[in-house]
Amino acid sequence: MNSDTKNIKKLNIDQSLELDCGKIIKNFPLAYETYGTLNKSKSNAILVFHALTGDQFVTNINPITKREGWWTIVVGPGKAIDTNKYFVVCANVLGGCMGSYGPKEINPETNKLFGTTFPVITIRDMVKAQKYLLDHLGLKKLLAVTGGSMGGMQVLQFVSLYPDMAHSAIPIACSASHSAQNIALNELGRQAIMGDPNWKKENATPDKGLAIARMAAHITYLSKKGLQEKFGRKLQDKGSLKFSFDADFQIESYLRYQGATFVDRFDANSYLYITRAMDYFDLVKQFSGNLSLAFKNTKSKFCVISFSSDWLYPTIENKEIVIALNACGANVGFVEINSDKGHDSFLLDVPEFLKTISEFLNSTYNEINNEKRI
Amino acid sequence: MKKEFEVISQIIQNNKRVLDIGCGDGTLMEYLKVNQQNDVRGLEPEKDLVQKCISRGLSVIEGDAEKELVQFPKKSFDYVVLSQTLQAFLHPEEVLDQLLRIGRQTIVSIPNFGYWKVRLHLLFKGTMPITKNLPNEWYNTPNLHMCTIQDFVNFCNKKNIKIDKSMCLTNEKISQITKVNMQYKNIFSQLGIFLIQ
Repeated sequence: MNSDTKNIKKLNIDQSLELDCGKIIKNFPLAYETYGTLNKSKSNAILVFHALTGDQFVTNINPITKREGWWTIVVGPGKAIDTNKYFVVCANVLGGCMGSYGPKEINPETNKLFGTTFPVITIRDMVKAQKYLLDHLGLKKLLAVTGGSMGGMQVLQFVSLYPDMAHSAIPIACSASHSAQNIALNELGRQAIMGDPNWKKENATPDKGLAIARMAAHITYLSKKGLQEKFGRKLQDKGSLKFSFDADFQIESYLRYQGATFVDRFDANSYLYITRAMDYFDLVKQFSGNLSLAFKNTKSKFCVISFSSDWLYPTIENKEIVIALNACGANVGFVEINSDKGHDSFLLDVPEFLKTISEFLNSTYNEINNEKRI
Repeated sequence: MKKEFEVISQIIQNNKRVLDIGCGDGTLMEYLKVNQQNDVRGLEPEKDLVQKCISRGLSVIEGDAEKELVQFPKKSFDYVVLSQTLQAFLHPEEVLDQLLRIGRQTIVSIPNFGYWKVRLHLLFKGTMPITKNLPNEWYNTPNLHMCTIQDFVNFCNKKNIKIDKSMCLTNEKISQITKVNMQYKNIFSQLGIFLIQ
C-alpha cells in the first residue's frame, strides 16, 4: 500500500474533539484538497463529502494513486460542479487512509501504527472534524454541501449539526439510518478482513481479506440488469469452460481485478472503521425516532437524488429523508434518476443526474447572488 | 402563461406558502415565486418535468399525489393548487380530503363536462366527446372521473366543503359563478375554478 501522503495538504487540528465513543482526540491531521477559486464574497464554496473508499482527491489525477479522482465525471472545469465557477473543498474523513487521522497513522504515544487501537468513529465525528477545516478556510456559509452514499449521510449530519451553514444540500443515494441489509453487507466485508491470517500482523497486510471485502461490496454497487448487460455469461479470454476454479467468466475476472487493485490504495483497518461508522449512522435515533427534528432548524434548500436501480440505498430510503423534510416544512425537491447502473450511478456518466446537479447548483447560485444585488 | 394560471395567481395573496400539485414544468410556480414572493413547492409525477422545475430553481418532489400527500402536515400550506387534475385520480375524493387537510385554502380547477360542445358531441355523434380541453380518446384519456361544474358544487355541498370563490373560464374570459347563473355557466364554461376550504 502506498503510504507517501507526506506532501498532501493537511490541516493540523489543535483543538480537541470529543468523539461519540467518549474518547477525546486532539492535535490530529485532516487531509484535504481544494479546487477552483473562492470568490470575493465567499459565496461559491461547495463542500463535497466522499464515500466509503473515496478520498479528498475529487477530480484531476490523484497524486497518490495516479488515477483519476473519484468524482472526475461530476467535478472539474465545465463539469456539473464547475470548478471554473465554484470553489470545491473535500477532506479525507476521520478514520480514512489518505492522510487524515486514522488507523494508518502513527500513535504519538506509542510510536506505533494505531491499527485497531484507533478509537471507533462515527459519521458525526467525521462531520465535526470537517467543520474545523471550514473554520480554517474562513468559510462561514457554503453554497452547497453534497455527497453520495456515505457522503450523503455526512450531508444529512452536516445540515442537522449546522442548520445555518449551507444554502443548499444535495444528499445523493443515501439513507438517514443504515439498514439491516447494509449492516449485514458491511459485516461480511469486515469478517473477510478479520478472517485473513495477516490481519493485525506486523509487516503484513490482510490483502486477501480486503480484496474479498471489496469484491463483495462491488457487487452491491451494481444492479442485476447492469451486470447482465455488461458481462452476461461471457467467458474471459477463452472459448469454453475450463472445468476449473480459475476465472472462467468475465465477471469473475472483473471482480478479482477490482479486489486486487483496491488493496494497493486502501487500508484494511480504515475499511473496518469507516464501515463501522456507516453502520452506526442513525439520524432517526439521534433525534429520538423523529427524523424531522434533525432538520427542524435547517435553512438549506434540498435536492434529494436517488437512482432507480440502486438496491443498496433504494429510492424508498431516500424518500424517507424527503418525507421528514416535508414534515418540518423544509425547502425540498426530490428526483429519482432512471439508471441501470445501480448504486454506482452517482459516480458515473448519467446525463440526467449530471444535469440535475448542475442546474440545481446554478439556480441556487443565481438566487444567492441576485439577493445580494438587491 | 395561460389564462387559468392568471386567475389562480390572482386568487393567491403575496408572501404565502403554496403547494402546486401536478405542477408540470413549473410555470405557475415560477410566476408565483418571482412576482408574488410566494414560498412555493411542487409535486409532479413525471421525471423530466421535475428536472425542468429543478433547473428553474423550483423545489419539486417527484411523486404521485395519491401516495405522497399524506406526508405533508395539517395546514402546512396557505394554498394548495390542483389544476385540471382532480378528474385524473383513481380516488379523487381522497385526494381532495388530503388537499383540504394540508391547505388552509385549496384552489381546484376542473374541465367542465357540462360544456355545450361536450354535450352536443355526445348527443349527436354518440361517441365520447373530444374537445380542445379534452383531447384524448376514451381508451387513452387520463381522465377517469369527469364531472361538470354543477357536479363539483353538489359534491362540495354534500361534503360540507365551503366554497369561497367560484369562477369559470369561457374562451379565455373569466366570470363569476353564482346561484342564479349556475345552470347557464354549467353549459357555457369550459373550465371551473374554485377556492374551497
